[in-house]
Amino acid sequence: MLLIRNGRVIDPASKTDAAMDILIDGEVIKEVGTPGKFSSLKDVQVIDASGLIVAPGFIDMHVHLREPGQESSETIETGTKSAARGGFTAVCCMPNTKPVHDNASITRFIVDKARSVGATRVWPIGAASVESKGEAIAEIAAMKEAGIVAVSDDGKPIATARLARQVMDYCNSLDLPVIEHSEDVSLAAGAVMREGVTSTRLGLRGMPGAAESVCVARDVQIAELTGGRLHVAHLSAKSSLDQVRWAKSRGLRVTCEVTPHHFTLIDEDVQYDSRFKMNPPLASREDREALIAGLADGAVDAIATDHAPHEPAIKDVEFDRAPFGILGFETAIGLTLERLVHTGKISLLRLVELFTTGPARVLGKERKLAVGQPADITLFSTTQEWKYDVKDSPSKSRNSPFDGRTFKGGPMATIVAGKIVYKR
Amino acid sequence: MTPRFRDLLALEPLSADELTFLLDQSKPFQEIQRHPLKKLATLRGKTVALAFFENSTRTRISFGTAASRLGADTMNLQAEASSLKKGETLLDTAFNLNAMKPDCLVMRHSASGAPHYVARHLDIPVINAGDGTHEHPSQGLLDALTIRDRKGTINNLNVTILGDLQHSRVARSNIHLLGKFGCRFTLCGPSMWVPRELEKIAAGTPVRCVYRIEEALEGADVIIMLRVQTERLHEPSISPNDYILGYQLNAERLKRAKPDAIVLHPGPMNRGIEIAPEVADGPQSCVLEQVTNGVAVRMAILYLLVTGAAEDGSHPALQVPVEHNRRATDRVPAKKDS
Repeated sequence: MLLIRNGRVIDPASKTDAAMDILIDGEVIKEVGTPGKFSSLKDVQVIDASGLIVAPGFIDMHVHLREPGQESSETIETGTKSAARGGFTAVCCMPNTKPVHDNASITRFIVDKARSVGATRVWPIGAASVESKGEAIAEIAAMKEAGIVAVSDDGKPIATARLARQVMDYCNSLDLPVIEHSEDVSLAAGAVMREGVTSTRLGLRGMPGAAESVCVARDVQIAELTGGRLHVAHLSAKSSLDQVRWAKSRGLRVTCEVTPHHFTLIDEDVQYDSRFKMNPPLASREDREALIAGLADGAVDAIATDHAPHEPAIKDVEFDRAPFGILGFETAIGLTLERLVHTGKISLLRLVELFTTGPARVLGKERKLAVGQPADITLFSTTQEWKYDVKDSPSKSRNSPFDGRTFKGGPMATIVAGKIVYKR
Repeated sequence: MTPRFRDLLALEPLSADELTFLLDQSKPFQEIQRHPLKKLATLRGKTVALAFFENSTRTRISFGTAASRLGADTMNLQAEASSLKKGETLLDTAFNLNAMKPDCLVMRHSASGAPHYVARHLDIPVINAGDGTHEHPSQGLLDALTIRDRKGTINNLNVTILGDLQHSRVARSNIHLLGKFGCRFTLCGPSMWVPRELEKIAAGTPVRCVYRIEEALEGADVIIMLRVQTERLHEPSISPNDYILGYQLNAERLKRAKPDAIVLHPGPMNRGIEIAPEVADGPQSCVLEQVTNGVAVRMAILYLLVTGAAEDGSHPALQVPVEHNRRATDRVPAKKDS
């Protein structure tokens, strides 16, 4: 048995914020009790959580593990180890692998591989269309049977409004969310960053914020038409968030996520350093303020990292030629504390919500610290100072703009199915 | 203090003093261009690597000529002949060139910021000979030198830049240099080529974007023409006929500028498109002076980056002995009929 003692338990599902001890037996939570309640028990492994927050296991609902196909950048094993180090107990991997995850045998491969070598749970996301080409609908029901939790053509949007309608309709009948990488590819063509004064000054080709919100507007309309579940991935523009707010106000089943880098950095931070290149690109100061407001008031449902490893050989090149994407797992909690909690924008309870019940609700899952629940638990500090050194990461890639940053607070221990998979 | 330059990647970060120093140091090299024998020994034994990852004729020849007139040897890499097409990364190519031990790297590349990226990894000076749509520092300097010669000053002038501003690295270098001397800018061209964001790229420099050429030319001291760069266009562009109708600089339109206004063009010109022949060949045109000044400016850049200026204020081009132009190598050409 495993006992987590002396921690401050924050559980959004039950609105708990209190000193509690948690007793784990095997893979599930056996009991939650007042501090000291289990101190007489013998043969118990103890984690002293004094001064730490004890929360339900964090979920990262948008990640790239690169397996199968691009194992030189990341694997299910290295990616989930990095996730565990970031405090995550479950990750949802996007289907833009090589080949594209558009069939049930790849789903089974991912699920099996994760079971044997994964540090965390892996909940795969399947492609919406065959090869994510935007032509024919993928075998979504078969993939669901094999374990997918959502569909997406991530890396790009579902190519046409017509197909988006069919996918949303079909997924509605299968009770699966459709996750959209919202981008009008004609407005974004050739762009390597956000359009604005900085892109103009640097002579880098920019895409306007509208490249995202035009597509969000399309999909919101289709969500209304079909009644399906739409989740907007890595939302970056104020104009997109306005669309989501409008959809929510009409009672549509529309949700969205925001990444730590979009509420931390802006286009002005780009200096011909490809570690600052991702899609959607870093947005404007005004957009960042709008995202933070949305994270605080509930318009944003989840924080997701869009962990996108690329090995140095392909990422450490001229800005124009570098692929989009940055590492995300290990800096997520630190950045959220720094930008949102320590600044007083959101409460600790809200932080936990954005990493647990928020994404769980989007995926139709439960997350709570209660008797009989899977023992997936994240322990983090809000005070301990530490420095992020990307060289220490278990990830195979090094593309983080936050290398060398000092944080106040971060992940301290990660427990998955009763097993300690990371401890600082 | 004599300014020191590690690299020359952009004009934006340079101060007015540093820019003035670069222009002043170019001055004696202008004289050299008029000598019958133009070769100095300043960089004898030094090697200048010229790496042009994007097509260029004039800038490559100009840098090559500048290097040879300083007595340096050159090594040449051209995109067509390079190993980039064989899959080598830019950085590996740069490391390989560097392994042949040049004393500086002059580099042109189609990606904005590529010289900055290479400079972060090399210990020799890197000179940006044009990066994507970002900057073209030596062009900005030679334009300023040309303007200073003709107008007597580069302070507080009304500068009008015409054409495809969005994709012009020349315009950005012009704005960053002349802006530090109090010049006011009017940018003009079809709206998709003149984004309003340009008004804010140089803090403290007054820049306005207008879309009618007549308005743009009113009261101009200096008019800088830009080539319509068909190879850099991503957007659907306006038709050539509309461009000529709306934006060609012809003699009639030029009358709106000040009578002593001068016209610059970085070349190569599309005669009859952005500039009418009577303007290109007219008395206000400085096009060929710009080319001559280009060699002088690039000699100054290579000299200052490879050896650094002399602390005693001396200048290599001012120490040319009188006999320099009367040596055995400087023979009177043999008669053709002999």
